Amino acid sequence: MIPAAFEYIPAESSAHALDLLAEHGDDAKLLAGGHSLLPMMKLRLAMPEVLIDIGSLEELAGVRADDTDLVIGATTRHADLAASELVRAEAPLLAYAAAQVGDPQIRHRGTIGGSLSHADPAADLPMALVALGGSVEIEGPGGSRLVAADDFFQGFFETALGPDELLTAVRVPRRPGVPWGYQKFVRRSNDWAIVGVAAVDGRIALANMGPTPLRAIAAEQALAQGASPAAAAEHAADGTSPGEDMHADREYRKHLARVLTRRALDHETG
Amino acid sequence: MTRIELTVNGEKRSDEVEPRLLLVHYLREVCGLRAANVGCDTTSCGACTVLLDGRSVKSCTVLAVQAAGHDVLTAEGLSAGGELHPVQAAFRQSHGLQCGFCTPGMVMATVGLLAENPHPTEEEVRAGLEGNLCRCTGYHNIVQAVLAAAEANTEVSA
Repeated sequence: MIPAAFEYIPAESSAHALDLLAEHGDDAKLLAGGHSLLPMMKLRLAMPEVLIDIGSLEELAGVRADDTDLVIGATTRHADLAASELVRAEAPLLAYAAAQVGDPQIRHRGTIGGSLSHADPAADLPMALVALGGSVEIEGPGGSRLVAADDFFQGFFETALGPDELLTAVRVPRRPGVPWGYQKFVRRSNDWAIVGVAAVDGRIALANMGPTPLRAIAAEQALAQGASPAAAAEHAADGTSPGEDMHADREYRKHLARVLTRRALDHETG
Repeated sequence: MTRIELTVNGEKRSDEVEPRLLLVHYLREVCGLRAANVGCDTTSCGACTVLLDGRSVKSCTVLAVQAAGHDVLTAEGLSAGGELHPVQAAFRQSHGLQCGFCTPGMVMATVGLLAENPHPTEEEVRAGLEGNLCRCTGYHNIVQAVLAAAEANTEVSA
Protein backbone atom coordinates (compact mmCIF):
# COMPACT_ATOMS: atom_id res chain seq x y z
CA MET A 1 0.00 0.00 0.00
CA ILE A 2 1.40 3.35 -1.06
CA PRO A 3 0.40 6.67 0.50
CA ALA A 4 -0.97 9.41 -1.75
CA ALA A 5 1.71 11.82 -2.92
CA PHE A 6 2.71 14.66 -0.60
CA GLU A 7 5.35 17.31 -0.20
CA TYR A 8 7.92 16.46 2.49
CA ILE A 9 9.50 19.24 4.53
CA PRO A 10 11.91 18.46 7.38
CA ALA A 11 11.45 21.14 10.05
CA GLU A 12 14.67 22.77 11.24
CA SER A 13 13.23 23.79 14.62
CA SER A 14 9.90 23.83 16.41
CA ALA A 15 9.57 27.52 15.43
CA HIS A 16 10.09 26.49 11.80
CA ALA A 17 7.46 23.76 12.20
CA LEU A 18 4.99 26.37 13.52
CA ASP A 19 5.73 28.66 10.55
CA LEU A 20 5.12 25.77 8.17
CA LEU A 21 1.85 24.92 9.93
CA ALA A 22 0.76 28.54 9.67
CA GLU A 23 1.58 28.51 5.98
CA HIS A 24 -0.05 25.21 5.04
CA GLY A 25 -2.86 24.99 7.62
CA ASP A 26 -5.22 22.06 7.26
CA ASP A 27 -3.30 20.68 4.28
CA ALA A 28 -0.34 19.80 6.49
CA LYS A 29 0.30 17.09 9.05
CA LEU A 30 3.15 16.79 11.50
CA LEU A 31 5.25 13.63 11.18
CA ALA A 32 7.36 12.30 14.05
CA GLY A 33 7.57 8.50 14.38
CA GLY A 34 4.77 8.11 11.87
CA HIS A 35 3.39 4.97 13.49
CA SER A 36 -0.17 6.27 13.65
CA LEU A 37 -0.07 8.59 10.65
CA LEU A 38 1.70 6.42 8.05
CA PRO A 39 -0.66 3.43 8.45
CA MET A 40 -3.59 5.84 7.97
CA MET A 41 -1.91 7.37 4.93
CA LYS A 42 -1.26 3.93 3.44
CA LEU A 43 -4.97 3.16 3.80
CA ARG A 44 -5.72 6.64 2.37
CA LEU A 45 -7.68 7.46 5.51
CA ALA A 46 -5.34 10.45 5.70
CA MET A 47 -4.08 12.26 2.60
CA PRO A 48 -2.16 15.32 3.77
CA GLU A 49 -0.64 17.40 1.01
CA VAL A 50 2.32 18.36 3.15
CA LEU A 51 4.21 16.40 5.79
CA ILE A 52 6.27 18.46 8.22
CA ASP A 53 8.87 16.16 9.78
CA ILE A 54 9.66 17.03 13.40
CA GLY A 55 11.09 13.59 14.16
CA SER A 56 14.71 14.70 14.16
CA LEU A 57 14.33 17.81 16.34
CA GLU A 58 16.55 17.30 19.38
CA GLU A 59 14.80 20.15 21.19
CA LEU A 60 11.57 18.12 21.28
CA ALA A 61 13.03 14.86 22.62
CA GLY A 62 14.13 13.64 26.01
CA VAL A 63 13.01 13.57 29.63
CA ARG A 64 13.85 16.06 32.37
CA ALA A 65 12.45 16.86 35.80
CA ASP A 66 11.59 20.19 37.41
CA ASP A 67 10.50 20.63 41.04
CA THR A 68 7.07 19.08 40.60
CA ASP A 69 6.85 17.43 37.20
CA LEU A 70 8.53 15.21 34.70
CA VAL A 71 8.74 17.09 31.42
CA ILE A 72 8.81 14.72 28.47
CA GLY A 73 9.61 16.00 25.00
CA ALA A 74 6.91 15.28 22.43
CA THR A 75 9.14 13.20 20.16
CA THR A 76 10.43 10.97 22.95
CA ARG A 77 10.02 7.45 21.66
CA HIS A 78 8.07 4.80 23.59
CA ALA A 79 11.18 2.61 24.02
CA ASP A 80 13.12 5.53 25.53
CA LEU A 81 10.21 6.45 27.81
CA ALA A 82 9.94 2.84 29.00
CA ALA A 83 13.70 2.61 29.64
CA SER A 84 14.12 6.05 31.28
CA GLU A 85 15.38 5.67 34.86
CA LEU A 86 13.81 9.03 35.68
CA VAL A 87 10.38 7.97 34.44
CA ARG A 88 10.63 4.54 36.06
CA ALA A 89 11.40 6.20 39.40
CA GLU A 90 9.04 9.19 39.31
CA ALA A 91 6.09 7.96 37.23
CA PRO A 92 6.41 4.18 36.91
CA LEU A 93 2.89 3.82 35.54
CA LEU A 94 3.93 5.86 32.50
CA ALA A 95 7.05 3.77 31.87
CA TYR A 96 4.96 0.62 32.14
CA ALA A 97 2.30 2.01 29.79
CA ALA A 98 4.95 2.92 27.22
CA ALA A 99 6.24 -0.67 27.34
CA GLN A 100 2.73 -1.97 26.52
CA VAL A 101 2.41 -0.06 23.24
CA GLY A 102 2.52 -2.31 20.17
CA ASP A 103 5.73 -4.29 19.93
CA PRO A 104 9.48 -3.53 20.17
CA GLN A 105 9.75 -2.24 16.59
CA ILE A 106 6.77 0.06 17.08
CA ARG A 107 8.16 1.33 20.38
CA HIS A 108 11.44 2.17 18.65
CA ARG A 109 9.61 4.58 16.34
CA GLY A 110 6.38 5.80 17.96
CA THR A 111 6.45 8.98 20.04
CA ILE A 112 4.46 10.11 23.08
CA GLY A 113 3.37 13.32 21.38
CA GLY A 114 2.23 11.40 18.34
CA SER A 115 0.26 8.88 20.36
CA LEU A 116 -1.47 11.58 22.42
CA SER A 117 -2.26 13.73 19.37
CA HIS A 118 -3.64 10.72 17.53
CA ALA A 119 -5.94 10.19 20.57
CA ASP A 120 -7.01 6.62 19.96
CA PRO A 121 -9.38 5.91 22.89
CA ALA A 122 -8.03 2.34 23.08
CA ALA A 123 -4.37 3.39 23.28
CA ASP A 124 -2.08 3.10 26.29
CA LEU A 125 -0.52 6.53 26.67
CA PRO A 126 -3.70 8.66 26.52
CA MET A 127 -5.19 6.52 29.31
CA ALA A 128 -1.95 6.73 31.30
CA LEU A 129 -1.84 10.52 31.01
CA VAL A 130 -5.43 10.82 32.25
CA ALA A 131 -4.74 8.49 35.19
CA LEU A 132 -1.62 10.42 36.14
CA GLY A 133 -3.35 13.79 35.97
CA GLY A 134 -0.80 14.96 33.43
CA SER A 135 -0.98 17.79 30.95
CA VAL A 136 0.42 18.78 27.57
CA GLU A 137 2.34 21.88 26.55
CA ILE A 138 1.11 23.31 23.28
CA GLU A 139 2.70 26.02 21.19
CA GLY A 140 0.89 27.99 18.53
CA PRO A 141 0.85 31.34 16.79
CA GLY A 142 -0.59 32.94 19.95
CA GLY A 143 2.11 31.58 22.27
CA SER A 144 2.12 28.55 24.52
CA ARG A 145 -0.56 27.02 26.70
CA LEU A 146 -0.87 24.11 29.09
CA VAL A 147 -3.87 21.78 28.72
CA ALA A 148 -4.81 19.19 31.33
CA ALA A 149 -5.26 15.62 30.09
CA ASP A 150 -8.92 15.70 31.14
CA ASP A 151 -9.50 18.62 28.74
CA PHE A 152 -7.13 17.56 25.97
CA PHE A 153 -9.08 14.53 24.74
CA GLN A 154 -12.30 15.93 23.29
CA GLY A 155 -13.74 13.18 21.11
CA PHE A 156 -13.04 10.12 19.01
CA PHE A 157 -9.52 10.79 17.66
CA GLU A 158 -10.13 14.45 18.49
CA THR A 159 -8.07 16.69 20.77
CA ALA A 160 -7.80 20.31 21.84
CA LEU A 161 -4.84 20.72 19.49
CA GLY A 162 -5.52 23.28 16.75
CA PRO A 163 -4.34 22.76 13.15
CA ASP A 164 -1.74 25.51 13.59
CA GLU A 165 -0.48 24.19 16.94
CA LEU A 166 2.34 21.89 18.01
CA LEU A 167 2.33 19.63 21.05
CA THR A 168 5.83 20.22 22.38
CA ALA A 169 5.98 18.41 25.72
CA VAL A 170 4.07 16.30 28.21
CA ARG A 171 3.97 17.04 31.94
CA VAL A 172 3.39 14.37 34.55
CA PRO A 173 3.49 14.98 38.30
CA ARG A 174 6.48 13.40 40.05
CA ARG A 175 5.16 10.84 42.49
CA PRO A 176 7.82 8.28 43.38
CA GLY A 177 6.62 5.36 45.45
CA VAL A 178 2.90 5.94 44.91
CA PRO A 179 1.21 2.58 44.31
CA TRP A 180 -0.40 2.07 40.92
CA GLY A 181 -2.01 -0.61 38.80
CA TYR A 182 -2.38 -1.19 35.09
CA GLN A 183 -4.60 -3.61 33.23
CA LYS A 184 -4.88 -4.13 29.49
CA PHE A 185 -7.21 -6.80 28.20
CA VAL A 186 -6.27 -8.07 24.74
CA ARG A 187 -6.74 -11.25 22.73
CA ARG A 188 -3.43 -10.99 20.86
CA SER A 189 -0.15 -9.80 22.27
CA ASN A 190 0.25 -6.51 20.42
CA ASP A 191 -3.36 -5.43 20.05
CA TRP A 192 -5.05 -2.32 21.32
CA ALA A 193 -6.92 -2.78 24.58
CA ILE A 194 -10.41 -4.24 24.36
CA VAL A 195 -10.65 -2.46 27.71
CA GLY A 196 -7.80 -0.91 29.66
CA VAL A 197 -7.61 0.49 33.19
CA ALA A 198 -4.87 2.56 34.80
CA ALA A 199 -5.14 3.53 38.46
CA VAL A 200 -2.89 5.64 40.62
CA ASP A 201 -3.50 7.42 43.90
CA GLY A 202 -7.29 7.44 43.74
CA ARG A 203 -7.52 8.34 40.06
CA ILE A 204 -8.83 5.74 37.64
CA ALA A 205 -8.70 6.01 33.85
CA LEU A 206 -10.38 3.72 31.34
CA ALA A 207 -9.36 2.93 27.76
CA ASN A 208 -11.84 1.97 25.04
CA MET A 209 -14.90 2.59 27.21
CA GLY A 210 -15.98 5.63 25.19
CA PRO A 211 -14.82 8.03 22.49
CA THR A 212 -11.96 9.30 24.67
CA PRO A 213 -9.99 7.89 27.59
CA LEU A 214 -12.38 8.35 30.52
CA ARG A 215 -12.12 8.89 34.26
CA ALA A 216 -14.09 6.31 36.26
CA ILE A 217 -15.57 9.14 38.34
CA ALA A 218 -18.13 7.08 40.28
CA ALA A 219 -15.48 4.56 41.31
CA GLU A 220 -13.09 7.36 42.30
CA GLN A 221 -15.80 8.96 44.44
CA ALA A 222 -16.57 5.65 46.13
CA LEU A 223 -12.90 5.23 46.95
CA ALA A 224 -12.70 8.76 48.32
CA GLN A 225 -15.67 7.99 50.55
CA GLY A 226 -13.88 4.99 52.00
CA ALA A 227 -15.20 2.12 49.89
CA SER A 228 -12.96 -0.90 49.52
CA PRO A 229 -11.23 -1.31 46.14
CA ALA A 230 -13.56 -4.21 45.32
CA ALA A 231 -16.67 -2.19 46.20
CA ALA A 232 -15.43 0.91 44.35
CA ALA A 233 -14.61 -1.15 41.28
CA GLU A 234 -18.27 -2.14 40.98
CA HIS A 235 -18.88 1.47 39.86
CA ALA A 236 -16.12 1.52 37.24
CA ALA A 237 -18.49 1.37 34.26
CA ASP A 238 -21.16 3.71 35.70
CA GLY A 239 -22.16 6.34 33.19
CA THR A 240 -20.15 4.82 30.33
CA SER A 241 -21.56 3.76 26.98
CA PRO A 242 -18.74 1.86 25.29
CA GLY A 243 -18.84 0.87 21.64
CA GLU A 244 -19.43 -2.63 20.37
CA ASP A 245 -17.30 -4.57 17.91
CA MET A 246 -16.33 -8.15 17.08
CA HIS A 247 -14.25 -8.34 20.26
CA ALA A 248 -16.83 -7.29 22.79
CA ASP A 249 -20.38 -6.02 23.18
CA ARG A 250 -21.30 -3.18 25.51
CA GLU A 251 -22.20 -5.30 28.54
CA TYR A 252 -19.01 -7.34 28.25
CA ARG A 253 -16.90 -4.18 28.08
CA LYS A 254 -18.62 -2.90 31.21
CA HIS A 255 -17.96 -6.21 32.94
CA LEU A 256 -14.30 -6.00 31.92
CA ALA A 257 -14.06 -2.44 33.23
CA ARG A 258 -15.28 -3.55 36.66
CA VAL A 259 -13.02 -6.60 36.87
CA LEU A 260 -9.94 -4.81 35.53
CA THR A 261 -10.52 -1.83 37.82
CA ARG A 262 -10.60 -4.11 40.84
CA ARG A 263 -7.28 -5.62 39.72
CA ALA A 264 -5.77 -2.22 39.01
CA LEU A 265 -6.85 -0.94 42.42
CA ASP A 266 -5.13 -3.99 43.90
CA HIS A 267 -2.00 -2.65 42.14
CA GLU A 268 -1.79 -5.53 39.72
CA THR A 269 -0.28 -5.22 36.28
CA GLY A 270 -1.21 -7.28 33.28
CA MET B 1 11.64 14.09 -5.61
CA THR B 2 13.85 14.45 -2.56
CA ARG B 3 17.52 13.59 -2.34
CA ILE B 4 18.42 11.34 0.59
CA GLU B 5 21.86 10.46 1.84
CA LEU B 6 22.17 7.54 4.17
CA THR B 7 24.24 4.48 4.97
CA VAL B 8 22.93 1.05 3.97
CA ASN B 9 24.90 -1.98 5.16
CA GLY B 10 27.95 0.19 5.68
CA GLU B 11 27.82 1.75 2.22
CA LYS B 12 27.09 5.46 1.81
CA ARG B 13 24.32 6.09 -0.69
CA SER B 14 22.70 9.12 -2.27
CA ASP B 15 19.42 8.68 -4.12
CA GLU B 16 16.53 10.72 -5.47
CA VAL B 17 13.29 9.33 -4.07
CA GLU B 18 9.63 10.22 -3.98
CA PRO B 19 8.77 11.31 -0.43
CA ARG B 20 6.05 8.66 -0.26
CA LEU B 21 8.47 5.82 -1.00
CA LEU B 22 8.50 3.39 1.89
CA LEU B 23 11.84 2.30 3.29
CA VAL B 24 11.13 -1.34 2.47
CA HIS B 25 10.48 -0.46 -1.18
CA TYR B 26 13.59 1.72 -1.26
CA LEU B 27 15.69 -1.18 0.03
CA ARG B 28 14.16 -3.76 -2.31
CA GLU B 29 13.72 -1.76 -5.49
CA VAL B 30 16.29 1.01 -5.39
CA CYS B 31 19.09 -0.76 -3.48
CA GLY B 32 18.26 -4.25 -4.79
CA LEU B 33 18.30 -5.70 -1.28
CA ARG B 34 15.50 -8.25 -1.15
CA ALA B 35 15.96 -9.73 2.33
CA ALA B 36 13.37 -7.49 3.97
CA ASN B 37 10.01 -8.88 2.83
CA VAL B 38 6.69 -7.12 2.53
CA GLY B 39 4.37 -9.37 4.50
CA CYS B 40 1.30 -7.75 6.01
CA ASP B 41 2.20 -4.19 5.00
CA THR B 42 0.40 -2.99 8.18
CA THR B 43 3.13 -2.86 10.86
CA SER B 44 2.03 -6.21 12.26
CA CYS B 45 4.05 -9.15 10.93
CA GLY B 46 7.64 -7.91 11.15
CA ALA B 47 8.83 -9.57 7.92
CA CYS B 48 10.21 -6.18 6.82
CA THR B 49 12.22 -5.63 10.02
CA VAL B 50 15.58 -3.90 9.55
CA LEU B 51 17.82 -2.02 11.96
CA LEU B 52 17.75 1.78 11.87
CA ASP B 53 20.68 3.16 13.87
CA GLY B 54 20.91 -0.24 15.53
CA ARG B 55 17.26 -0.48 16.57
CA SER B 56 14.73 -2.79 14.97
CA VAL B 57 12.00 -1.06 12.93
CA LYS B 58 9.34 -2.19 10.50
CA SER B 59 10.43 -0.74 7.19
CA CYS B 60 6.89 -0.84 5.76
CA THR B 61 6.03 1.96 8.19
CA VAL B 62 9.07 4.16 7.72
CA LEU B 63 9.47 6.53 4.79
CA ALA B 64 12.78 6.37 2.98
CA VAL B 65 13.12 10.12 3.57
CA GLN B 66 12.90 9.47 7.33
CA ALA B 67 16.02 7.31 7.05
CA ALA B 68 18.03 10.17 5.54
CA GLY B 69 21.14 10.79 7.60
CA HIS B 70 20.76 7.47 9.36
CA ASP B 71 22.29 4.01 9.26
CA VAL B 72 20.25 1.08 7.89
CA LEU B 73 21.25 -2.56 8.32
CA THR B 74 19.49 -5.40 6.48
CA ALA B 75 20.09 -9.14 6.69
CA GLU B 76 22.40 -8.83 3.64
CA GLY B 77 24.70 -6.65 5.74
CA LEU B 78 25.07 -9.10 8.63
CA SER B 79 27.58 -11.59 7.32
CA ALA B 80 31.15 -10.51 6.81
CA GLY B 81 33.72 -12.25 4.60
CA GLY B 82 31.40 -15.15 3.83
CA GLU B 83 30.97 -16.00 7.52
CA LEU B 84 27.44 -16.15 8.83
CA HIS B 85 26.60 -13.71 11.62
CA PRO B 86 26.23 -15.63 14.93
CA VAL B 87 22.46 -15.08 14.84
CA GLN B 88 22.23 -16.42 11.28
CA ALA B 89 24.40 -19.39 12.26
CA ALA B 90 22.17 -20.09 15.26
CA PHE B 91 19.02 -19.97 13.11
CA ARG B 92 20.62 -22.48 10.73
CA GLN B 93 21.91 -24.72 13.49
CA SER B 94 18.60 -24.75 15.40
CA HIS B 95 16.54 -24.87 12.21
CA GLY B 96 14.77 -21.70 13.28
CA LEU B 97 12.59 -21.57 10.19
CA GLN B 98 10.11 -23.47 8.11
CA CYS B 99 9.12 -21.66 4.90
CA GLY B 100 11.66 -18.91 5.54
CA PHE B 101 9.52 -15.89 4.68
CA CYS B 102 9.65 -14.40 8.19
CA THR B 103 13.30 -15.34 8.69
CA PRO B 104 15.09 -12.13 7.61
CA GLY B 105 12.78 -10.14 9.88
CA MET B 106 13.18 -12.61 12.72
CA VAL B 107 16.96 -12.50 12.36
CA MET B 108 17.07 -8.68 12.34
CA ALA B 109 14.67 -8.43 15.29
CA THR B 110 16.92 -10.89 17.12
CA VAL B 111 20.07 -8.90 16.37
CA GLY B 112 18.29 -5.82 17.74
CA LEU B 113 16.99 -7.70 20.78
CA LEU B 114 20.40 -9.15 21.69
CA ALA B 115 22.00 -5.71 21.33
CA GLU B 116 19.57 -4.41 23.98
CA ASN B 117 19.53 -7.56 26.11
CA PRO B 118 22.48 -9.88 25.39
CA HIS B 119 21.28 -12.65 27.69
CA PRO B 120 17.50 -12.84 27.57
CA THR B 121 15.41 -15.47 29.30
CA GLU B 122 13.08 -17.57 27.14
CA GLU B 123 10.19 -15.37 28.28
CA GLU B 124 12.14 -12.25 27.29
CA VAL B 125 12.89 -13.77 23.89
CA ARG B 126 9.21 -14.45 23.29
CA ALA B 127 8.26 -10.92 24.39
CA GLY B 128 11.14 -9.46 22.40
CA LEU B 129 9.92 -11.13 19.21
CA GLU B 130 6.24 -10.31 19.71
CA GLY B 131 6.44 -8.00 16.70
CA ASN B 132 7.36 -10.85 14.35
CA LEU B 133 4.87 -13.43 13.14
CA CYS B 134 5.72 -16.86 11.76
CA ARG B 135 2.69 -18.12 9.88
CA CYS B 136 4.18 -21.62 9.88
CA THR B 137 4.00 -21.23 13.68
CA GLY B 138 7.59 -22.38 13.94
CA TYR B 139 8.21 -20.40 17.09
CA HIS B 140 9.74 -23.19 19.14
CA ASN B 141 12.89 -23.50 17.06
CA ILE B 142 13.07 -19.73 16.51
CA VAL B 143 13.16 -19.19 20.27
CA GLN B 144 15.75 -21.97 20.60
CA ALA B 145 17.85 -20.27 17.91
CA VAL B 146 17.75 -16.93 19.72
CA LEU B 147 18.74 -18.57 23.01
CA ALA B 148 21.57 -20.40 21.21
CA ALA B 149 22.76 -17.14 19.67
CA ALA B 150 22.75 -15.52 23.13
CA GLU B 151 24.69 -18.47 24.46
CA ALA B 152 27.22 -18.06 21.64
CA ASN B 153 27.51 -14.41 22.68
CA THR B 154 28.46 -15.56 26.18
CA GLU B 155 31.12 -17.89 24.84
CA VAL B 156 32.63 -15.16 22.69
CA SER B 157 32.70 -12.59 25.47
CA ALA B 158 33.86 -15.09 28.15
